[in-house]
Amino acid sequence: MTELELARAQMAMMFAFHIIFAVAGMGMPLLMVIAEAAHRRTGKQVFLELARRWARGTAILFAVGAVSGTVLSFELGLLWPRFMEFSGGIIGLPFALEGFAFFAEAIFLGIYLYGRGRVSPVLHMLAGIGVAVGGLLSGILVVSANGWMNSPAGFLLRDGMPIDIDPIAAMFNPAWATTAVHMSLAAFAASGFAVAGIHAYKLLRDRENLFHRHAMAIALWVGGSAAVLLPVSGDFSARFVAKDQPVKLAAMEGQFRTERGAPLRIGGIPDSKAGTTRFAIEIPRALSLLAFHDMDAEVKGLEAFPRTDWPDPLPVHIAFQVMVACGTAMAAVALLAALLAFRNRESLFRPGFLLPAIFCSPLGIIAVEAGWTVTELGRQPWVIRGVMRTSEAVTPVTGLALPFVFFSVLYLALGVSAALLLRREVSKSPSFPASADTSAAREREE
Amino acid sequence: MYDLSTLAAGSILASLVLYALLGGADFGGGVWDLLSRGPRGRAQRLLIAHAIGPIWETNHVWVVVAVVILFTGFPKAFALISTALFLPVTLLLSGIVLRGAAFAFHSYHLHDEGGRNSRWGTVFACASLLTPVLLGVVIGAVSSGEIRAHETYSVGASMAWLSPFPLSVGLLTLAVFSYLASAYLILETDDPGLREDFRLRALWSSAAVAALMVAVPLLAKRGAGDFYHALLGNDWSAGLVFLAATAALGAHVSLMLRSFSVARACVVAQASLILAGWGAAQYPYLVRPDLTIPAAASSQASLRLILIALAAGGLLLFPAIFLLFWVFKKDTVFGRTNRS
Repeated sequence: MTELELARAQMAMMFAFHIIFAVAGMGMPLLMVIAEAAHRRTGKQVFLELARRWARGTAILFAVGAVSGTVLSFELGLLWPRFMEFSGGIIGLPFALEGFAFFAEAIFLGIYLYGRGRVSPVLHMLAGIGVAVGGLLSGILVVSANGWMNSPAGFLLRDGMPIDIDPIAAMFNPAWATTAVHMSLAAFAASGFAVAGIHAYKLLRDRENLFHRHAMAIALWVGGSAAVLLPVSGDFSARFVAKDQPVKLAAMEGQFRTERGAPLRIGGIPDSKAGTTRFAIEIPRALSLLAFHDMDAEVKGLEAFPRTDWPDPLPVHIAFQVMVACGTAMAAVALLAALLAFRNRESLFRPGFLLPAIFCSPLGIIAVEAGWTVTELGRQPWVIRGVMRTSEAVTPVTGLALPFVFFSVLYLALGVSAALLLRREVSKSPSFPASADTSAAREREE
Repeated sequence: MYDLSTLAAGSILASLVLYALLGGADFGGGVWDLLSRGPRGRAQRLLIAHAIGPIWETNHVWVVVAVVILFTGFPKAFALISTALFLPVTLLLSGIVLRGAAFAFHSYHLHDEGGRNSRWGTVFACASLLTPVLLGVVIGAVSSGEIRAHETYSVGASMAWLSPFPLSVGLLTLAVFSYLASAYLILETDDPGLREDFRLRALWSSAAVAALMVAVPLLAKRGAGDFYHALLGNDWSAGLVFLAATAALGAHVSLMLRSFSVARACVVAQASLILAGWGAAQYPYLVRPDLTIPAAASSQASLRLILIALAAGGLLLFPAIFLLFWVFKKDTVFGRTNRS
């Protein structure tokens, strides 16, 4: 591997790791706050236990997310010093604001985790909401910086250096809105489905346990709502990309030739040498319809761009297919859950639904990883599209294999340990038989 | 009188001071976890975990603030530092990751098993020992005058940080962080035995810091001449160093007299003054001798926005941080003093 490839591999590994915890940091606090609110409304102990358990999980996930996120802010400079030298002054604003969102998350998580019983219940609840809002905001703000790399704005180029810098315009770059909405929904869908799947698995053997029933219901509400909205937001995103970054769209769809009435390819293997995508199921004119809402619209193919500006369509196309497939499966299960809940709530807890829910458990995370692969590899060979190539941004430091291997091993150890702790948390099912709810409610009334 | 770039550089220094006083003490707590021994070893570890548990993540964010102001306000300096000091910064990061994650795992076990030490506890403690040293080494290296912009940009990482002066700054950082932690921990407990344990540790740290406050300038004279002359030749930094020495004396005497809240105030002052003195000697450079504050600065528009964002964020943030400390440190920080 060349030094550039090693730098890219390390960055990709670190993002792939961090994004799991970042997504959990956005999604888990919402679940935790909903359980807490349900406890306050109903007085049922089961919701309190649920809020506690989810909070303990959140504590571990947030800690790993916080430190791996800190590493990334330094690695931007360590691996891509020229990129940071160029863009630090342009895109620093969302990073600075993200710092404050991160602060809010950390402060309120401290109060929430350690403050139960020490602060008033109202303040405790507000702290939980503060964590959720902080998590959401920090995700949205980080995505602004990434949006800028895809759709640079807020500066002019003179002799390769930026002038007339307008950080506000850079922050509100054209890609931000669609990406931020898509990413936030994806975070809720991924967290919701991951958690729902875990509790569905426990329900397979312990069907009457109210703890897991309520847990799955809350997680499905959050994950399912997001999963149903995701295709809508995806449509906005794809149409934006079609207009703003046609070469990325071409790579996503494996579209080599420029044509009117372009077909939508399901599956298939793009072959850059032959300039064609093989083995795909083609739906005539569907790509033009989806990308431009016009069956006869012209879709630019990769061939419309200089070869040196092509992203590699093979991983981009495949990752895109994976993302869409996972998203579709989650949306389908979400609709199924809604239908079952409407007709007969009990049927949600039968294997006929539990098994699909378990199947969907990892799909949200997979979709998030695949989606990031699409947007990051689809931007190549640029680090700032049209402005700076990734190869121009890389550090002159050599021997990058060492930190790559070192951090890979380190992150593997952290990931495994976090997973083992979370498994421990899940494996000790608290027992809340169906009668517990009513007796708790009675106790409260007395 | 002060331009925006100086204000931005001052904000980095202020974030570093807060990081040292708050986050630094959490690292110091890890050091004392590593060195916990005696009949109260387990109680010491529990006290440390209890003291830093709710607040360490918040305290950690100050370093993120410092680095974000650095790469937003001074992208050239960020690029130079991360290229020239690739190795120590990478090691620093692994220390930050290991300390944070290991503490989270460790306190999870602690919660479950009532204070028995875990493997993650050891990782947390060792990372707490190494990270401050590396942070100090980076600070020492940017002052040393050995990092040259043109060489670094063409060749890459420099080995200048592996010399006596930066390493001594690393040890000073470690000693100061441990000192802060011991001075805070005395007031975190009512147990006379534990208080005495940490009082002794504070006295030892005080001696170590004092020795290093002499050694670092002496090593600077040989290894970082410009910095040495700026440190002792400039009225501001010489004055700050003098005040730091005064605070050091005050802290040591108060510890001997068991006047613990006065001692804590003196240690806080001492740590802040050391950093301020470094800042005054380093001024107007960010990375000696090639990058000054104005030369590395972003555009005025960017600097202005960052400073506005910092001020606005601070307005929201400080009440929240105050709330956090009010909830968990009501007695130790704000309340009754000298309970004995």
